[in-house]
Amino acid sequence: MLTARNLSKRFGPRLVFQRVDVSLGRGDFLLVTGPNGSGKTTLLRVLAGLAAPSSGELDLPPRRLVGYLGHEPMVYRELTPLENLHLFGRLYRVPERGERIGMLLERFGLWEVRRERVGTFSRGMQQRLGLCRVLLHEPELLVLDEPFNALDADGARLLDEALAELADRAFVVATHDPERVERLATGRIAFA
Amino acid sequence: MSYLADVGALARKDLLLELRAKETVPAMLLFVLSTLTVFHFALPRGTGHVAALGLLWIALVFTALLGLTRAFVPEREQGLMDALVLAPCDRSAIWLGKVLAVLAFLGLAEVVALPAFAAFFSGLDGRTVAAVALADVGICAVGALTGAMAVAGRARELVLPLLFLPLAIPVVVGGVGASAGAGGRYLGFLVLYDAVFGLLAWAAFEYVVSET
Repeated sequence: MLTARNLSKRFGPRLVFQRVDVSLGRGDFLLVTGPNGSGKTTLLRVLAGLAAPSSGELDLPPRRLVGYLGHEPMVYRELTPLENLHLFGRLYRVPERGERIGMLLERFGLWEVRRERVGTFSRGMQQRLGLCRVLLHEPELLVLDEPFNALDADGARLLDEALAELADRAFVVATHDPERVERLATGRIAFA
Repeated sequence: MSYLADVGALARKDLLLELRAKETVPAMLLFVLSTLTVFHFALPRGTGHVAALGLLWIALVFTALLGLTRAFVPEREQGLMDALVLAPCDRSAIWLGKVLAVLAFLGLAEVVALPAFAAFFSGLDGRTVAAVALADVGICAVGALTGAMAVAGRARELVLPLLFLPLAIPVVVGGVGASAGAGGRYLGFLVLYDAVFGLLAWAAFEYVVSET
């Protein structure tokens, strides 16, 4: 599903990472760890197809099969959860959009606030909505940058359950809390 | 049909954002009315119609710039450009949706600005109104592209005018020419500008939003 050979990325003279090899198929879970500024986010952006590597070979699945969650939840603050998910459902060609959106909002505890503006939500609720957006089109490759960020205990438990249920997908997850997902990991890249 | 539906959904989203936030259109209205008021009192009595028309075009271009500066703010603040770029729709739909939204905002500002100009200075003829409508299309087409370019950079508030204003010079030339007398030829020039730059911006957007 995703193959990368000898990847490197530089910004001007600064080398962010080099000689990275990744091969992910269904059921694989790549854990990316490292301190702030070590290059985790840049690697995830490259593996999601959002940035081109400076060198190396990269074979990615089509965009419709990729789900990406960055540092921000990536949802419009002036729109409601329903409006956000309908917009992305339309752009991602999600069939039976209404049902899928309803199911995700229920699952992540946002159904009751589905018609309220996202800007009034706590950061944790926004993160839950960001996860709904990522899962909406049932991607085969999920690239998640600090997905547990801002989630309370309930939200983290819901995400744990979702990750376990989607074990047949491929995952690339960067986190500062590797213990949380270590049991799922089939591979690991540790930045120094 | 799917492409047009994507464009419609994206433009509708921008209109809804503005309807709720009310940030861009009021700022554009305030700016254009203030500018015309300043011009009205700054110009000496007896200033010619052509000079006044030139000032109208300056006011309109900078009003558009104000709208364009705000155009990609929601995407920038929430990292949403990544989410849009990753969607499997044609990326040019993002550009076209933005063009339509900014066109609507600019149109609204002009609905107030043009009568205000007529009241402060002199009446407007159909040629000037046609030139403004044609210029709006070119301004929004080029502006949405340069806005997307600027959103990726750090000094975006500086980059957008630097990219946009040189490209808007032909619009001002065409607009002033059309309103000042030699109508047909300059209106044709504006149509050509819209066609060429619209097509270029539509084709280039994909590459502008692809990070290297």
